[in-house]
Amino acid sequence: MSEPFNLLTPGHNGCAGCCDALAAKYVLMGAGPDCIIVNPTGCLEVMTTPFPRTAWNVPWIHSLFENGGAVASGVEAALKATGRKGNTKIIGIGGDGSTMDIGIGALSGAFERGHDITYVCVDNEAYMNTGVQRSSGTPIGASTTTSPAGRASFGNNTNKKDMPAIMAAHGSPYVATTSIGFANDMIRKVKKATDTVGPCYIHAHAPCPTGWGFDSSKTVEIAKLAVECCLWPLYEMEYGEVTAVKKVKDPIPVEDYLKTQSRFKHLFKMEGGDKEIELIQQVADRNIAKYGLNK
Amino acid sequence: MTVNAKDKAKMVVVEGSFATAHAVKTARPQVISAYPITPQTHIVEDLSQMIADAEIPNCEYINVEAEFSAISALIGASAAGARTYSATTSQGLYLMHEALFNAAGMRLPIVMTVVNRAVSAPINIWNDQQDSISQRDAGWIQIYAEDTQEAADLVLQAYKIAEDKEIMLPVMVCMDGFLLSHVYDPVVLMDQAEADRYLPPFKPENYLDPKNPKSFGTFADPASYTEFRYDIERAMKKALVKIEEASKEFGDITGRYHGGLVEGYCLDDAEVVIVSMGSVLGSIKEVVDEYRARGEKIGVLKVRSFRPFPGEAVAKALSGAKAVAVVDKSISLGRYEGILFTEIKASLYNTDVKVPITGYIVGLGGRDIRAEHIKEIIEETKAVRDSGKITVESRINEIREELL
Amino acid sequence: MKITYGAVCAPGTAMENKTGGWRTFMPVFDYSKCIRCGICETVCPDMSIKEDKSTANEKGKCLYKANYDYCKGCGICANECPKDVITMTLEEK
Repeated sequence: MSEPFNLLTPGHNGCAGCCDALAAKYVLMGAGPDCIIVNPTGCLEVMTTPFPRTAWNVPWIHSLFENGGAVASGVEAALKATGRKGNTKIIGIGGDGSTMDIGIGALSGAFERGHDITYVCVDNEAYMNTGVQRSSGTPIGASTTTSPAGRASFGNNTNKKDMPAIMAAHGSPYVATTSIGFANDMIRKVKKATDTVGPCYIHAHAPCPTGWGFDSSKTVEIAKLAVECCLWPLYEMEYGEVTAVKKVKDPIPVEDYLKTQSRFKHLFKMEGGDKEIELIQQVADRNIAKYGLNK
Repeated sequence: MTVNAKDKAKMVVVEGSFATAHAVKTARPQVISAYPITPQTHIVEDLSQMIADAEIPNCEYINVEAEFSAISALIGASAAGARTYSATTSQGLYLMHEALFNAAGMRLPIVMTVVNRAVSAPINIWNDQQDSISQRDAGWIQIYAEDTQEAADLVLQAYKIAEDKEIMLPVMVCMDGFLLSHVYDPVVLMDQAEADRYLPPFKPENYLDPKNPKSFGTFADPASYTEFRYDIERAMKKALVKIEEASKEFGDITGRYHGGLVEGYCLDDAEVVIVSMGSVLGSIKEVVDEYRARGEKIGVLKVRSFRPFPGEAVAKALSGAKAVAVVDKSISLGRYEGILFTEIKASLYNTDVKVPITGYIVGLGGRDIRAEHIKEIIEETKAVRDSGKITVESRINEIREELL
Repeated sequence: MKITYGAVCAPGTAMENKTGGWRTFMPVFDYSKCIRCGICETVCPDMSIKEDKSTANEKGKCLYKANYDYCKGCGICANECPKDVITMTLEEK
């Protein structure tokens, strides 16, 4: 169990309780040492590689913010052309901002072309590295610095972009949602994705203590609550069909999850906040129905 | 460039783009990325046909979804140890802007042909040199081809320069759109055996390898960022020497020499010198031939390397002149000067070469450059030589007042 | 330090950065309750809890020790331990 941890070393500059660090750790545990990591700009990249120090014990490249998919495509092509592909796994790891917003074009191109890569989106639901700005991964009701709660606003008023569905629509052989609260599940899914030939996509839910406003000791606990209230369903898709779902026998109400984070605290104080919470509960209910979570 | 008699038998008439694509093939590229944009597209089309016909072994050809991905894929591929190539133009080059700086900063020896085209807006697909010249700060080496033979030959030289262990910088081979890319010219296609003699396989010191894991593209704080940028400058200085060496060695192996950093034409006793880059030099030289036939001391200076800028070589070449005119196919808006003109003027300022120098902007958006325009420029420069005075320092040469 | 082409770094050099100085609270282990499940090692974002192989029982399962050179005191290990083995204690300096 201990060996793969050495692929990411201690001494990185992540916050105490950092979700990105856990996500990277589980990706490496699933992939093993024979991999090349492509990491667009973001918290993970910045905190692990201040020159002259790097926390990565695997080959790693950072280029720009929006080109993770393209750089990974080029790495894969180079390994094939130089006859060095072997079993080496090429893995992109980017945040929600770089994967779902600015980098979606390059990622779409990479998947459409069918490169043998795995792309992991570490979704902490905002542009965290630049100070918690709203992204297309930010859920309804979350207060961020560019979608703040205020006298005339309940915070972000759009739902999360369904990125797994978008990547599955490219004909990906394997797409899975994961959570850093369920380490063994995530490690298993990453291993399956990296072992599958073709472009595979992993979407990892990652609660951020600094950005979401909770004590650093609660990162894993809150990740579990997100799954237990069904706002973050865990499922696997093969060629666009849902093939496995993690059931939630007794889903908890979304309030139990929302009240743990200060980015939602305004919903419990403002007039009309309860209506917003109802909207959020409807998102969870739709997930329950769509994925058969409590059957 | 005059052709050797024995080479004439080897010449074939092909499109300029094909000559370049053929040269790329002989350079044994390993990853090519392609995105269409006129007038570069024939190069990547020719390459894709060569791949489909199994003429380029051990090469992956990626049809990317945007130019930004074209260059980004090459960044990944080059870092993973492959020899890489792409071609682009104008809007496509601009879309790559951020990645150009990134590639140079990461010291990746990518080679890219830029088929020069005007920039939007208004949208215009015809030739001028605004696109590549406006990327001059990116840290890429830029060399401008005078004709289709040189544009093709420069591909091999570009790899030789880029992959040199003391340089490790990406190189832009610039060739005028349509005028060189779409014209059918007699050329000598690059010989594979000569290419293999000239260009060894790409063997970088650092590359992405699970057996030797390293981190590429880490971040540098204020304590070290300056030194990284300075290191690129040091490499540019070495490139001044390497560009001449690479060109000379190419000439030794193939018999074709296109010049070093700069190249003079009827320069030795010239009193009036016209300076320019790219295909317009062909027209300028023809007009100068007429003047020379009448005994007038007019000369031409071809600037071949724009980055690194060969300030010393330019100053030396112009030291005997009495009046100089720079012919530009670009404009820095707000300065009303062509960019080559500004750079030459600046590089002479603190030297002993005190010659009156004027700038003419021609051919923007592909406007035809006629012999009479060049004669006009030469006559005005002769007047500057005679009077010692500059009346108009810089202007667009031929504004259609009736449209304004 | 000398700069490298493209700021390329040799692997694992982050270990020069001893982040243990960041913490206010430190994990203290009461091994009498430990069932050697390994959850603490799994959930540490700083790879700062490791098996102590010298404590291996007949099934090969070990006790876990924190690496205080790097532990940032986040408290996830204490929060997730199923047997409350770990207590986050104010660190006296």
